[in-house]
Amino acid sequence: MTRYLPWIAGAGLIGLPFVYHAPYPLHILVIILIWSFAYTSWSIMGRFGLVSLGHGGFMGVGAYVTALLWNHAGLTPWVGIPLALLAGGVLAVLVAYPCFRFRIIGHYFALVTLALSGVVLQVITATRDQTGGSLGYTPERYRGGSSLYALQFTGKTTWYLIALGVWAAGLYVWHRVDRSMMRYALEAISEDEDATAAAGVHVTAEKLKITVLSAVMTALAGALYCQYQMFISPDTVSGISVSLQMIFAVVVGGVYVSLGPAVGAVITILLAEVLRISFGTRAVGWDNLVYGVLLVLFIVFLPKGILGSVLDLGRSRGLASPPGVGAPAA
Amino acid sequence: MVFLDIYLLEALINGVLLGGVLALLSLGLNLVFGVIDVVWVCYAELIMLGMYGMYFLYTVYHVPIVLAAVVCIVGVAILGVMLHVVVIAPLLGAAPINQFLATGGVLFFLQSAATVLFGIEFRNLGLRLPVLKVSEMFISYSRLLAFATALIGMVLVYLFLTRTYAGAAIRAIAQDRQIMILMGVDSRRIYLITSALGGGLAGLAACLLVLQYDVHPFVGLSFGPITFLICVLGGLGNFVGGFVAAFVFAELISLGGLYLDLEWGYVFAFVFFIVMMFVRPEGLLARRS
Repeated sequence: MTRYLPWIAGAGLIGLPFVYHAPYPLHILVIILIWSFAYTSWSIMGRFGLVSLGHGGFMGVGAYVTALLWNHAGLTPWVGIPLALLAGGVLAVLVAYPCFRFRIIGHYFALVTLALSGVVLQVITATRDQTGGSLGYTPERYRGGSSLYALQFTGKTTWYLIALGVWAAGLYVWHRVDRSMMRYALEAISEDEDATAAAGVHVTAEKLKITVLSAVMTALAGALYCQYQMFISPDTVSGISVSLQMIFAVVVGGVYVSLGPAVGAVITILLAEVLRISFGTRAVGWDNLVYGVLLVLFIVFLPKGILGSVLDLGRSRGLASPPGVGAPAA
Repeated sequence: MVFLDIYLLEALINGVLLGGVLALLSLGLNLVFGVIDVVWVCYAELIMLGMYGMYFLYTVYHVPIVLAAVVCIVGVAILGVMLHVVVIAPLLGAAPINQFLATGGVLFFLQSAATVLFGIEFRNLGLRLPVLKVSEMFISYSRLLAFATALIGMVLVYLFLTRTYAGAAIRAIAQDRQIMILMGVDSRRIYLITSALGGGLAGLAACLLVLQYDVHPFVGLSFGPITFLICVLGGLGNFVGGFVAAFVFAELISLGGLYLDLEWGYVFAFVFFIVMMFVRPEGLLARRS
């Protein structure tokens, strides 16, 4: 039965918009799926103790490169998005390669990537003549609205299916990594770099591969967000607060389970929406207040996240916990 | 040759003064990191609360400004101790990244608590210190004051660490956490003293910053990241390094702002940080081992 569960759930998710298509819930679902994909991208490297605060930067690059190429060069997103992904990947190599080469790890790595977030945010703000600065930026509408060429659709159902597909692809990548040799190499690296290197693993190359993969996926999430919302601003797709938001959602959902980031996205986005609907403008700040308290409580009491802890209860005890967020210090 | 015009000179001097503020900001964070080995991600938010404290005491309740400053410093020091007892102490044995994330949660919490309690309006003391005019150059007194206070604060912290018993214990525990407990030093007490001192320095920074900047719930994000980068650039826990790094950063921002936009100043500073991390990962003044 459990073997078929993912397929049944998948079929249900695909069928959903044809049965039920009220615009608002569908919009929330699309947002949840896009962010779930972004959070999954973060957790692909985050689960190996590579805590990056720079993913807001990669997301911003994905969104802004796509939109700028469309508006200024007239390049269709079908070309623009691959170029944006390339830009995200190159940026990741530029920052991560020296980091890994010079063995900048732990919270030093987190702080270097924090600086990267800052650089992307400030560059977007400083080039306000091209990017609109902190006021945000809108890709131009292509003729009447929906167009496959411009990757712009007015129907929510189309976007739902696209986001679902991308998210599923993200999960597939997560599982591929989970079953690869790379996973064992990276887990060993996060325990002890020297010992792993002595065992014949190319430490820098392994870390670089996973980082570039994660960065490219995050850039894709940014491009997708831009195409769906048709409005991006430095605060919503880049910068330090976006990076922190990713980490927060992943920690709440669970870093070590494939659906953890999705659970985190559902919880955080629903929480924000419920507070917004029930309290209106008076709710400004309350969602983050609850997030903050939850984040502290989770780190102290449930470092494996909600889904991770629930799965652990179901499973037999005594499994060795992976290193990093959930593990005790060496 | 370099043409030293008046604007360049003004930017250089303002950079030095900004450096004083940044140095003061990084002092408390550096102390806490050096001793407890924990990064307070929410450090800038403690300063934000201190600034609100100053605003309410001085502008709303008309407390004399010096008294308000003292209350603020003590208040933020108590917040620092609470932060340590509630969040840091249960996580002392956990992976460093967990402490990092937990204080990140406190950052969210304090920011939104301020939003809920005080609203998102920008507030200021309504007090403008005069501007000093030296032959065509404008230098603000509040920056001079911050600069002087940063220097005095540095010296006082230095004297405390080198001339008192508690200071010696703090330095010793920063060198070896295990042995000092055997030597009869109560590490929990030392951690509490350090947290209070770190909080107090944040409070002091708040009193000076509120003279120059408006306070709003997100003000911490505008100087928090810079403060971390300065501490890391100087070598975490290295006070002199932090001081030098603060001035380098401030000059980059100030000169970048003079020739291009202020944002480009920040971009230069961040890029400089990333490059320096590769060249000297142990901090600017580290001896190569």
